[in-house]
Amino acid sequence: MILIRLFYEFFKTGLFAIGGGLATLPFLSALADKTGWYTQSQLMDMLAVSESTPGPIGVNTATYVGFTVAGLPGAIVATLGLVCPSIIIILIVATILNSFRHNKYVESVFRCLRPASVALIAAAGLSVVLETFTPVPGVGFNWIGLVLAVVLFVLTNYVPKTKKFHPIIWIALSAVVGILVGM
Amino acid sequence: MNQLLDMYLTFAKVGAMTFGGGYAMLPILQREVVENKHWATEEEIADYFAIGQCTPGVIAVNTATFIGKKYAGNIGGIITTLGVVTPSIIIITLLAGLISNFAELAVVKSAFAGIRVCVCVLILNSVLKLWKSAVKDRLTLAVFIAVLLCSVLFDWSPVVFVLAAGLLGVGLVLVDARKEGKQ
Repeated sequence: MILIRLFYEFFKTGLFAIGGGLATLPFLSALADKTGWYTQSQLMDMLAVSESTPGPIGVNTATYVGFTVAGLPGAIVATLGLVCPSIIIILIVATILNSFRHNKYVESVFRCLRPASVALIAAAGLSVVLETFTPVPGVGFNWIGLVLAVVLFVLTNYVPKTKKFHPIIWIALSAVVGILVGM
Repeated sequence: MNQLLDMYLTFAKVGAMTFGGGYAMLPILQREVVENKHWATEEEIADYFAIGQCTPGVIAVNTATFIGKKYAGNIGGIITTLGVVTPSIIIITLLAGLISNFAELAVVKSAFAGIRVCVCVLILNSVLKLWKSAVKDRLTLAVFIAVLLCSVLFDWSPVVFVLAAGLLGVGLVLVDARKEGKQ
């Protein structure tokens, strides 16, 4: 039964891939070799689509691989397989944390964890910045992008009227700017 | 019942508006879950991201499960996760069925060049917001700088930083206890 096998393989991926969606990639690559369900170059195409559609990349990729292997049922089964370990583990962790919330060790751990977490997010943001603004040979520095970034930063932080706009409005506007100037 | 439906729809909205992976979910989550619905605080979001990075699975899913569990128990954790993955299943299935070269289209590439710039700015804004709730004294500032520098300079897994920060938290309580013992 291919759906059961699909669920099992994605459950394993969800259980062992630590550190976010892209960490699932090595597992999916190994799965391609093991089963022959799809090729490595198909996997790269699926990743490209997953990165350019809404939703967490790991979830998008699982859905796409599942769809390629067994249609819509495959997409649903692969995605559920991927998120099952997360749900189980997080529900257990959250239950344990709730009962120790006011323990002085737990409070101290979170006091140190929070700045570490923000730093990791900042570092991830920095790698997106580098990827977006590193000059490409033949194309040069992304000046249009820099101007757009400065305008967005000012509008989202300092202009009282536009500060409260929903982030999706800025995303949509930036997509339009990208298309209009041919970024 | 309405409560659960509200959670499902809110997280489906978050999933549909997340462009570019788990970190890009942060600005949307802050707007929808922290500011609009008050289901979590900035501190809790930083905590969930820290735990989400060192537990298996997709960070966006781990964070969704955490918030759902906190607000409506185990069933809440399952509902929010299903919500966050629903748009992925719909969008990817439609795309995979209709246009296989979606990511290659010139208009999609341009739109995403614009969106990437926007995501950089939105993540920066998110980091600035989280910073206020996480970096409050010299100790937390030192942790922030140390983790940021090390994760930019060395290619270490986030797990290492989260574990180190956690151990520091435990260590601080032990040191305090010894000091009090001596007095």
